Amino acid sequence: MSEIKNIIELKDICMEFDGEMVLDHLNLAIKDGEFVTLLGRSGCGKTTTLRIIAGFLNPVSGQVLFDSKEINGVPPYQRPVNTIFQRYALFPHYNVYENIAFGLRLRKVPEAEIKERVEEMLRFVNLQGFEKRSVTHLSGGQQQRVAIARAVINKPKVLLLDEPLSALDLQLRKDMQVELKNIQKKLGITFIYVTHDQEEALSMSDTVVVMNEGKVQQIGTPIEIYNEPQNAFVADFIGESNILDGVMPCDFTARFAGHDFDCLDKGFAPNEPVDVVVRPEDVDIVPVVRGMLKGEVTSVTFRGVHFEIIVDIDGFKWMIQTTDEHHVGDVVGLYIEPDAIHVMKKSQYSGKYGDYSSYSDELEQLSELTEDEEE
Amino acid sequence: MKQRRSYAQVLINAPYLLWAAIFILVPLFIVAYYAFTDASGAFTMANIKELANYKQTFWISIKYALIATAITFVIAYPFAYFMSKKSAAKQQMMMLLVMLPMWMNLLIRTYSWMNILERNGIINNLLGMMGLGPWKMIGTAGAVILGMVYNYLPYMILPIYTIMSKIDNSLLEAADDLGAHSFAKLRHIIWPLSLPGVISGIAMVFVPSISTFYISQKLGGGKIMLIGDTIERQIQTAYNYNLGAAISLVLMVFVLISMAVMNRFADDDGEGGGMIV
Repeated sequence: MSEIKNIIELKDICMEFDGEMVLDHLNLAIKDGEFVTLLGRSGCGKTTTLRIIAGFLNPVSGQVLFDSKEINGVPPYQRPVNTIFQRYALFPHYNVYENIAFGLRLRKVPEAEIKERVEEMLRFVNLQGFEKRSVTHLSGGQQQRVAIARAVINKPKVLLLDEPLSALDLQLRKDMQVELKNIQKKLGITFIYVTHDQEEALSMSDTVVVMNEGKVQQIGTPIEIYNEPQNAFVADFIGESNILDGVMPCDFTARFAGHDFDCLDKGFAPNEPVDVVVRPEDVDIVPVVRGMLKGEVTSVTFRGVHFEIIVDIDGFKWMIQTTDEHHVGDVVGLYIEPDAIHVMKKSQYSGKYGDYSSYSDELEQLSELTEDEEE
Repeated sequence: MKQRRSYAQVLINAPYLLWAAIFILVPLFIVAYYAFTDASGAFTMANIKELANYKQTFWISIKYALIATAITFVIAYPFAYFMSKKSAAKQQMMMLLVMLPMWMNLLIRTYSWMNILERNGIINNLLGMMGLGPWKMIGTAGAVILGMVYNYLPYMILPIYTIMSKIDNSLLEAADDLGAHSFAKLRHIIWPLSLPGVISGIAMVFVPSISTFYISQKLGGGKIMLIGDTIERQIQTAYNYNLGAAISLVLMVFVLISMAVMNRFADDDGEGGGMIV
């Protein structure tokens, strides 16, 4: 693959609000034409990072480079980036046409060209005939399209999107995910997308940047992030995972849950303590005699596509996703293939995430809701 | 069920309707009745015809009220803008400072200004110490307009501030993001969105200014007669309720028309999309 230049680089960025560290020596390079997602919980610094790129915030220290040129201190209106705001921030006193034309008007583009380009944009986002409509009377999805048209008409080199789908209902959100991805492909420009929704991040992005506590935890393709999380935080945050305390007696062997497993990982010191991740869908439930581990089913939840089964093995509650039905109280065996095991180095997050003993859907949904409101 | 609910609604509305009838509608009818009758109660247009003699007074009142409104606007708009940009604590502090004079009665405030502006008042004493003056300030148009501006300034600041502090900051960021520098933001976003506040501020300053009689009496030194003074004199001194009522009626109609025109202006701007030129 040929070398693609970095369009945006953040070097050693620190940011604080009222003495509280929000970004902690953040380094990030974004390649031209990529769909990059900054993913993390609220307060992880993802929106702050986006606002630093847009120019609404100036970092306490560190450099922001655009096309290898430093742009610290350049005001937002002079940066070749445009933003889609979380609640769209459409101008309520202008109609659809005037909202989209806003950027061109400010640049004193001739009226005939404005008309042509606005109409082209309206076709692009499928809103022909909406020119004269008041933006306050549009549905969420339509407002979203106006916001996209209003930003994209300025031909930015980078489009910044701050949780643009969070205000839409589920069905519309899924449609818009596909549409945004298509728009990005058609335009061929860089998208930097901020979300706390991991599914959104995995399905849309070329590159996912997982952030926590003002630091980058992992950068990679969605598949890398899911299959090879770098630490317990990423493993826990992306998808479901059973995270176990283990050691690597030697290459290709991992010891956890009182058993030696064959695995594909190597390069650890002999008997190095590690964190082991096993995804719930990678565990097979088998008769006890064939199982590597043995435990009792303590909870079964039907999810439609599969059952979510919690199996207690010596006090550690495993989550297993399977299409076969089992019942609470069944004693079952677990079988794990070598490629289902992912070994990670110990990190500051070791031990913070583990089994599903405190597993509760309601709680999880509640905390997600409050997170949404916070940001 | 439905009937009970509407019955309850009638009950809830009743005090307000009664209040409105007794204290708004009835007085209005009384004013209209007096305006079109003579002292004996017979219908006449004489009062209305006599208004022609007060053309000059009307004109001066409108002029002073317009000037006072314009000056309050020029002071209030930037003040409200900067106030809305401050931290919450500072905003509260500034709000307190704006409201503080209003805790005192209008009469007392105006009396204080008399003391300040008088021939032997504070300003002239200070000027005297520097070997200047004395300047005649009481009895000038400037003093009357100053009195109006001082007394009614909070009524301009408050509605503008309220609406400005409600402008979503992300709109300003969006404008910034799309290429608008500070002045462009003010012109294309803040100004049109704050217009309803400006309109109600203008109404709240212009209406009391055009009908005031106390400020003009005290600071005008008896030399400046505004429409309010004329009404007061007709009713209090000349006991000509009929002419007083006729002048009030015309003033009221004038104010209503100005309000209607201004509201129209605000609506138009809201709907038409307003081109950026």
